Amino acid sequence: MTDHSEIDSVTGRATTGHEWDGIKELNTPLPRWWVITFYLTIVWAIGYWIVYPAWPLISGNTRGVMGYSSRADVAVELANLDKIRGDKMVVLGAASLADIEENPALLALARAKGKTVFGDNCAPCHGSGAAGAKGYPNLNDDDWLWGGTLDQIMQTIQFGARSGHAKTHEGQMLAFGKDGVLKPDEIVTVANYVRSLSGLPTRKGFDATKGEKIFADNCVACHGDGGKGNQELGAPNLTDKIWLYGSDEAVLIETISNGRAGVMPAWDGRLDPSTIKALAVYVHSLGGGK
Amino acid sequence: MNKPVNPNELTSDDDGPLYVAQKKVYPQSVSGTFRRIKWGLMAFCLGVYYFLPFVRWNRGLGAPSQAVLIDLPNSRFYFFFIELWPQEVYYFTGLLIVAAVALFLMNSVGGRIWCGYLCPQTVWTDLFYAVERFVEGDRRERMRKDKSGGTLTLRRVSEIALKHSIWLMIAWWTGGAWVLYFNDAPTLVKELLTFQAPMIAYIWIGILTATTYVLAGFMREQVCTYMCPWPRIQAALTDEWALNVTYRYDRGEKRTSVKKAAELRALGEQVGDCVDCYQCVAVCPTGIDIRNGPQLECIQCGLCIDACDNVMTRIGRPKRLIGYDNDINIQRRQEGRAPVYRIVRARTVAYSAIIAAVGGIMLYVLATRTLLDVNVLHDRNPLAVRLSDGSIRNAYTVRLLNKSGYDRVVAIDADGPINSTIHVVGTDSVTPDRPMIVIPRDSTSELRLLVTAPADGNPEKSVPVRFHVTDIGLGEVASATDNFVAP
Repeated sequence: MTDHSEIDSVTGRATTGHEWDGIKELNTPLPRWWVITFYLTIVWAIGYWIVYPAWPLISGNTRGVMGYSSRADVAVELANLDKIRGDKMVVLGAASLADIEENPALLALARAKGKTVFGDNCAPCHGSGAAGAKGYPNLNDDDWLWGGTLDQIMQTIQFGARSGHAKTHEGQMLAFGKDGVLKPDEIVTVANYVRSLSGLPTRKGFDATKGEKIFADNCVACHGDGGKGNQELGAPNLTDKIWLYGSDEAVLIETISNGRAGVMPAWDGRLDPSTIKALAVYVHSLGGGK
Repeated sequence: MNKPVNPNELTSDDDGPLYVAQKKVYPQSVSGTFRRIKWGLMAFCLGVYYFLPFVRWNRGLGAPSQAVLIDLPNSRFYFFFIELWPQEVYYFTGLLIVAAVALFLMNSVGGRIWCGYLCPQTVWTDLFYAVERFVEGDRRERMRKDKSGGTLTLRRVSEIALKHSIWLMIAWWTGGAWVLYFNDAPTLVKELLTFQAPMIAYIWIGILTATTYVLAGFMREQVCTYMCPWPRIQAALTDEWALNVTYRYDRGEKRTSVKKAAELRALGEQVGDCVDCYQCVAVCPTGIDIRNGPQLECIQCGLCIDACDNVMTRIGRPKRLIGYDNDINIQRRQEGRAPVYRIVRARTVAYSAIIAAVGGIMLYVLATRTLLDVNVLHDRNPLAVRLSDGSIRNAYTVRLLNKSGYDRVVAIDADGPINSTIHVVGTDSVTPDRPMIVIPRDSTSELRLLVTAPADGNPEKSVPVRFHVTDIGLGEVASATDNFVAP
């Protein structure tokens, strides 16, 4: 490389040797300390590659000589957390559900734990305040598909509904229309009959006797006499004010025509027993528990 | 535009240093009224600071027995008979307002009383100077020893070592006393001595040892001159009536030597009292000459008054050539009129009134402070729940606060929608109709409270609900209002 630099006559300092439209720039090198620091960072980076996981490979990455992994750090943190909670969670695991609700300290612990776990696992469907949505039950009210006692709630959380687990709740609303069991006009009639059960207005010219007959022939098996529901089968009470999918005639016709089979996943094995217990107590204590 | 400069005349663009180099100050020892006041105040301030954590106060079993304690882990502040919770931190706001206005009041009465006598920077610097004087000798000796420069004799080295050791011991004790305000003092002292105290205690002691040592041992008057905002604010707040440490130039000028003054007086000539002895400069801890008039650097510690009084006594002239005074009086005296001192004026009356008002409000609030309280938070999601029989339920998170030193049994009632019932989760088996709760002393209890109302007869979308919490034993009542909403 040829050295084009020259000495600037005004300042007496060297120029860079470059010229832009007659303008020349004084050579102002980076401070020595800065350059040394820069080289040190390069050396540091090379050391970092050797010590820590760094380079991506085809399957995986270089591990680094220290065997560090952030996942291991998380495991340590979680183990520490367990250690901190230790006794309390053991007590919670050992206490019966009823005892937990009657002991203010245990109740507070279970509610706190349950609330967090609910937010992490249940809120996507049931909502952060457990208010539910269409097809996802509101857990604050006193209407329960599969029972609202502490034990029943815990069972539903553990094994789910139509979840595929061996011990899951089974039973579903059949598709009376799609499967050709009921004709469209029969569906309209029975839908209006169902509305009448909870005192909702019915369509003009609706034949109650006919509706009652269709209901008795097709629905009573699961929903029971008078439509009071059956928690063994998850068949909702049709006489109350709470509707999982809605009480409009059109919604009822859709329900009767196509059936309903919402799924609650099983949490047994995914959450540990004391966590499920805390969750059951939390849901029960929202206010609707039996 | 700058004028073009001939390139040959260009020099480096050095504007000189950004700061004036610190001139080491060697204050001379002095005795007199103001020195005695300063010693007294120093003993009082340091005594309170160092020993207050050891004062005990009986609050009953299980409660801390330290008179002044900032209990951070349990979020409590104890001050003798007062116990404050975090939500009552506004008392400190009141205290800060009173402190600020008291500072203004001091300023309009007697200038920088705070700076000269009470400020920690002044008190500790004064103490460090006393140590320096004790070990290395008075002003002249210290100046001579510093001037002789690098000649480090064994005696000189041991002197310096001794001075810094004493300084560090004082600084360490200062940091040590600080942490005692945050934990039970006797226990913590025991732990500190056996090296079993928490790391954070040692860290804080270390930090405060360092700040005390550096601020009082090295930075000294630089802190007042460059770091502290108060001199600037003070200068803006003062008025012509405020008394400040003043050189009475009407009496002092023209400065003459003692001998010459005597001769001139014998001839019946007018001579100033100042004999230019520089004692006021020698004793000044900020190294200024008070005779140059009011200055930013002057902390008004009054030591020059003592120095000058001593000289005036010795030469048989009246005292207080330097004293607490103001320009108005200097002019009045020059005009042959008697000086006027106006402590009571609009400014001081206003400051006093503010202090009285804020202090009064604080006392009133403190005296009428309740020891039972309730906070209610309506569930946001869902706002309301329709039950299977059509009735409507609202859920609330209720926090009960028991600030007293005894456990309480309270009953909860709610005035809300017509025919509504209330229920507290977890209290079923005890009292179904009127929930009763035990709140342990000095703590809070959080409850989930449900209010259920029949839909019929409650047509409104939102009705206020008033919750009453009644102490069954004492009859104290706390209330809170929220709303009951329909879906």
